Amino acid sequence: MSVLSDEQRQRILDYLPRYPRKQAATLPALHIVHDEMRCVPLEAIREIADLLDLSPAEVNDTMTFYGFFRGEQNPLGKTRLWVCRSLPCMLRGGEELLANLCGKLQIQPGGTTADGKISLEFAECIGACEGAPCVLLDDEHRMNVTPEKVDALIAELRR
Amino acid sequence: MADFEPVLLRRILQKASPSLDAYRADGGYRALAKAVNEMTREQVVQAVKDSGLRGRGGAGFPCGVKWTFLPKDHPGPIFLCVNGDESEPGTFNNRILMEEDPHQFLEGIILACYATRASTAYIYLRYEYGRSFRVMQKAIDEAYTNNLLGRNILGKDFHLDVYQHRGAGAYICGEETGLIESLEGKRAWPRIKPPFPAVEGACRKPTVVNNIETLACVTHIIDRGAEWFKSIGVPPDPKNPRDAGSYGPKLYCISGHVNQPGCVELPLGISVRELVDKHAGGVWKGRKAKGCIPGGLSMGFLTEKEFDTPLDFNGPVKAGCLGLGTAAVIVFDDQTSIVDVLYNSCRFFAHESCGQCTPCREGTGWMMKMLDRMRRGRGRMEDLDILKEIADSIGIIPGTTICGLADGAAWPVKNAISKFRTEFEETIRSGRKTDEPVLVGAH
Repeated sequence: MSVLSDEQRQRILDYLPRYPRKQAATLPALHIVHDEMRCVPLEAIREIADLLDLSPAEVNDTMTFYGFFRGEQNPLGKTRLWVCRSLPCMLRGGEELLANLCGKLQIQPGGTTADGKISLEFAECIGACEGAPCVLLDDEHRMNVTPEKVDALIAELRR
Repeated sequence: MADFEPVLLRRILQKASPSLDAYRADGGYRALAKAVNEMTREQVVQAVKDSGLRGRGGAGFPCGVKWTFLPKDHPGPIFLCVNGDESEPGTFNNRILMEEDPHQFLEGIILACYATRASTAYIYLRYEYGRSFRVMQKAIDEAYTNNLLGRNILGKDFHLDVYQHRGAGAYICGEETGLIESLEGKRAWPRIKPPFPAVEGACRKPTVVNNIETLACVTHIIDRGAEWFKSIGVPPDPKNPRDAGSYGPKLYCISGHVNQPGCVELPLGISVRELVDKHAGGVWKGRKAKGCIPGGLSMGFLTEKEFDTPLDFNGPVKAGCLGLGTAAVIVFDDQTSIVDVLYNSCRFFAHESCGQCTPCREGTGWMMKMLDRMRRGRGRMEDLDILKEIADSIGIIPGTTICGLADGAAWPVKNAISKFRTEFEETIRSGRKTDEPVLVGAH
């Protein structure tokens, strides 16, 4: 039983003509799986390797280098909430924002709320320093997340 | 230069539409038409060389010169890799260029590929820039539909494909050979140079790696001419025969403890003081600044007394910093603990070290742990010398690592200890805890 859908396989194969080598489609393939399944199961690594003529170890090597991808034992919740902790955000309350969210969500960075709605992460500079403290909701910035906006943000993500 | 008018941000400040039609109505793709109809590829390279344009990504290498490093008469393919992995803390100018005026940058890509004979351009974009990705994709699709990309661009024997390639949250992918390794689907371990990417880059083919703002500048250099570009900024320092000058407009990012953080476009060479006071509304809460980072975290520190330093390619170096970097200024006020600031810096680099070279992998971790101990009130006076010893021994400059990440990790430590030493000593002596312990996360 295949983990990847036919549609996902086709989308991965569609990337191949872009690159001189099939291996270059590794990150796009991992993103396709990770975005939809909220993790990359071991079996998906094998299937990606098959599609790209690689050893599963090569795909796994690349995948695990980037702290970004989750394995099947720790899948993401519905929204991945990244809180920036780098200097421009730290100077404007980023650390406090992260601590505040940990307290309110009752999880540590890396964890997912019991209802499966929010996975909390710390991030290094996410490039929205003019709106510090800032967060990412998956890959969309949300700027100037001051303490009074935290409850509304959580409510929005729990909806 | 009181009468300077923004060029790169012109349409963005006018809140002009990012669509192709609007861009064209504002004179967009005029430079491309001029290049392919009236200029040879060599003339485009020459114009960029003549302009004195230096890379905006951090190293400041002359862009046109970089293009000439490509082998002559290569059968191809030649690649352009656009470095959109903007991850240097404090830097967000490229995000704004992509989100708000995508065609200006795309035109720069097409011009660069025309000049260098590159047949494929990859925009390596950090995953965090989701909005940039979607805006750019729309612009790329529009360009394909309108014969600005694809086969026989504007009816000429010029073919180009542009693809976006999304990263996965690793700072090291901003290092040009790390970027290439990552593009190839491997872990982003930087390569030993030489060979330089121009000779052997992506998939061992000649490759140019350029920054987004650099390419946006190319658009205007071709449109307005090299002389126009050279009329802005700072000429070479006559006392320094190796200085290529600091020409052109620059996007300065200002963040931290200022009233109006943001991105402003000014001629290269503005002082930190003018930038903070005139363009960022001054230091917040009526306080005074203690210092700043002049060009992204890895460049080190300036004290408030050094705020008259001009932010061109030489100024920060003369003040003991690593360089101009990305010209991202991060200001911190006089209530801020330098121990906290330096701890944050060391934590960043320890987190982002790729682990390939032992001095960097271990050194960044040691520095972070020592700073953490200090901020918990358990610092030792000898730590300051040990920190300096580590900082002096990791990086390309001492010759112990493959890439410059370690130099960027070391410089803030060196600068902080030499420029703010009394504060470190006072913190250690008093055993003062500077902050609550920070949370330890999953990765």
